[in-house]
Amino acid sequence: MNAPPLPGAASPSAPVRRQVIVIAGNPNAGKTSLFNRLTGGSQQVGNYPGVTVEHKEGVMRHQDRRLPVIDLPGTYSLTAYSLEERVARDFIIDEEPALVVDVVDASNMERNLYLAVQLMEMRVPLVIALNMIDVAESRGLRIDTARLSLLLGVPVVATVGSRGRGVDELIETCAAVLDGTLDALPQPVHYGHQVDEEIEGLARLITENAVEENRFEPSWLAVKLLEKDPSATMRIRRIAGARQGLVEEAAEAAVLRIERHYKDDAATIIAERRYGVAAGAVRQCVSRVTESRMDLTDRIDNVVCGRVTGPVILVAVVAALFFWVFKLSDEWAWMPWFGGWVSPTGLINWAIARLSDMLAPTQDSMPMLHSLFDAALVRGVGGVLGFVPLIFFMFLFIAALEDSGYIARVAFILDRLLRMFGMQGNSILALIVSGGLGAGGCAVPGIMATRTLREEKDRLVTMLVAPFMNCGAKMPVYAVLIAAFFPQSRTEMMLLLWAVSWLVALAAAWMLRRFVVRGEQTPFVMELPPYHVPVLRGVLLHTWERTWLYIKRAGTIILAVNIVLWVFMYFPRPADGPDGKPPTAAEGLSHSMAGRFGHALEPVTKLAGFDWRTNIALLGGFATKEVVIGALGTVYAMDVEKTGDNAPLAARLASEPDWSPRRAFAMMLFVMLYAPCMSTITVIARESGSWKWAAFATLYSTAIAFVIALAAYQAGKLVG
Amino acid sequence: MKTTVLTLFDLVNGQTARIVRIRNTGPKGIRQRLLDMGVTRGAVVRVERHAPMGDPVEIAILNYRLALRMNEAREIEVEPVTP
Repeated sequence: MNAPPLPGAASPSAPVRRQVIVIAGNPNAGKTSLFNRLTGGSQQVGNYPGVTVEHKEGVMRHQDRRLPVIDLPGTYSLTAYSLEERVARDFIIDEEPALVVDVVDASNMERNLYLAVQLMEMRVPLVIALNMIDVAESRGLRIDTARLSLLLGVPVVATVGSRGRGVDELIETCAAVLDGTLDALPQPVHYGHQVDEEIEGLARLITENAVEENRFEPSWLAVKLLEKDPSATMRIRRIAGARQGLVEEAAEAAVLRIERHYKDDAATIIAERRYGVAAGAVRQCVSRVTESRMDLTDRIDNVVCGRVTGPVILVAVVAALFFWVFKLSDEWAWMPWFGGWVSPTGLINWAIARLSDMLAPTQDSMPMLHSLFDAALVRGVGGVLGFVPLIFFMFLFIAALEDSGYIARVAFILDRLLRMFGMQGNSILALIVSGGLGAGGCAVPGIMATRTLREEKDRLVTMLVAPFMNCGAKMPVYAVLIAAFFPQSRTEMMLLLWAVSWLVALAAAWMLRRFVVRGEQTPFVMELPPYHVPVLRGVLLHTWERTWLYIKRAGTIILAVNIVLWVFMYFPRPADGPDGKPPTAAEGLSHSMAGRFGHALEPVTKLAGFDWRTNIALLGGFATKEVVIGALGTVYAMDVEKTGDNAPLAARLASEPDWSPRRAFAMMLFVMLYAPCMSTITVIARESGSWKWAAFATLYSTAIAFVIALAAYQAGKLVG
Repeated sequence: MKTTVLTLFDLVNGQTARIVRIRNTGPKGIRQRLLDMGVTRGAVVRVERHAPMGDPVEIAILNYRLALRMNEAREIEVEPVTP
């Protein structure tokens, strides 16, 4: 067992392989629905360590056995072009799965087999699931699976993931391979005489110079060296140690020889040979019974991507998405509840209010505990749970649109426009959901919607500017201040605020791309998949996973942050008055750390017109922006939180001598732009994979907000 | 010798062409990405449509549809073929 592995006869049959099956395949090949079928939906979502790429794990049952299955990210290749490709490849190399199932789109075999050829190069046991065979058949293709299996040396099973056809057979095949009763070791891949010889030579050299036991195929590593793959160089360093230089020199010489011979670079030659293998297999195994093209998709796209109809339909779809998501989750009371009707968000808010009521009797006997439980736990965490229906419906629609193929068209239509600002077509969805239509929205689902963006940099920029949009929580602040100071021009003010939010978001995106998230424009090369009717089961499963992840992750962190914020706004307590009366809420808040902080910041914030009271309210707004009005009410000793009526506060502010329209306007701008709320910050951290970006988002947006508020306030002073 | 080399950028909707060469002057990684998507020498492409703002362009290749930016289309040298 310890003998050095020979090239071409390496480890796959060794019993050390982990008993896990991984699913690989191209995006849009129906990988996810096949995975759902194989595991019966019993799956867990997790992230690969250190990266944002997701990882789904489930269990496949065969008779009385339970076989773990892992769904790798969908990739077109394993050349480490993208993060997904690196993750998928490293998993196969380092985790040594017992079997790889490659999901191949039967209607698009040539491009899909390109990935299969790369898996064959790795010499891992391989089973090909020839998926969406029904689509291929409807297009008049007849595929000889037996012949394909013979040609590639691996089992081939025809499947229809969305309907479960062929799934049992696929499970049987996998089990047989694991039991050793079915051979699944692929045929060696040939790249033409010249290249084959170089690969063989390099593989031999790698084996001879391996100081560490080489767990994977040396000929695979040889191919990667010829492709000048940077991570292959790293692996060589690990395997060959001090003899690394020897191997690298030999590889460079081999690349030169190949390039001289073919007059093109080695990576291109190798890629072309892979397509050669794929095309050869298609020629031998696929026959066209009738001539047919993808008529329906073409006809739809003539309208959907049309010069005039395209944008019109896009606006209609986005408006419909926005309308449905907010109507269904919040504005329409459509769920029966104790003889009446409530909305899902209403139901959650009702439950929170009841819980708060139940705590009320303890207010006098245990004021501190009551405050902690009521403010930090019930209202704080409850506020986060209030977003759950929004997230659920938003993902339901986005997942359905994505599954149908429309999201790819959105990116296609808007790419040119949003590219000017360092984003891409799909960014529009995140911005709209975050509140881009100016009538409410929420950055939490908005940032989660950036998952449809494939390029990391564009995605990051979109995440960082989405919180500038006017989300629903900013609306009450606008409502109170407009009612108090601009009662005659409500519509004009809202329009102005909407325009400012877009201007700032686009300008910020442009700046971020130029100075912070730098680097070359990432290429935009995207498949436009054929349209199809979304698979309800898959869409629901996907939606539920997202929602549950939000409840679990954001909920735990937000609880901690709320407790910290509560401490900040509660301690230290002022002494009881001389008459023995406990301090009022306003006195308590003013005396607390937040209050002192508010006082301390006043000299600076005064420049933008904010006094210490406003500062406290804005500090409270870090939790969620709704708190701004509540806290403002508390410092002005107006009990808005209990009554839910903002009118007295508006009247009070309007009568305060140190408030003015320009101060109100500066405050609205500040609230629009400053630090995203805690829920959003948490989601940014999760989605960007780093708290660094969350901290950056908090600081840079607060800085922008202050500068703009200050400018508006001072300019207002000049105008008078 | 031809003085002007035709690229995918120059083709109009509905035109079919064969790929002659992918230049290596574009953004880093673009060549590998195009190769991975099946844009290889000898492959036949047809320009399906341009996005409403004229960019990106949608092409039919290997029995599927691919969108790429005009910037990237400039990297792909082609010769027209009559279908």
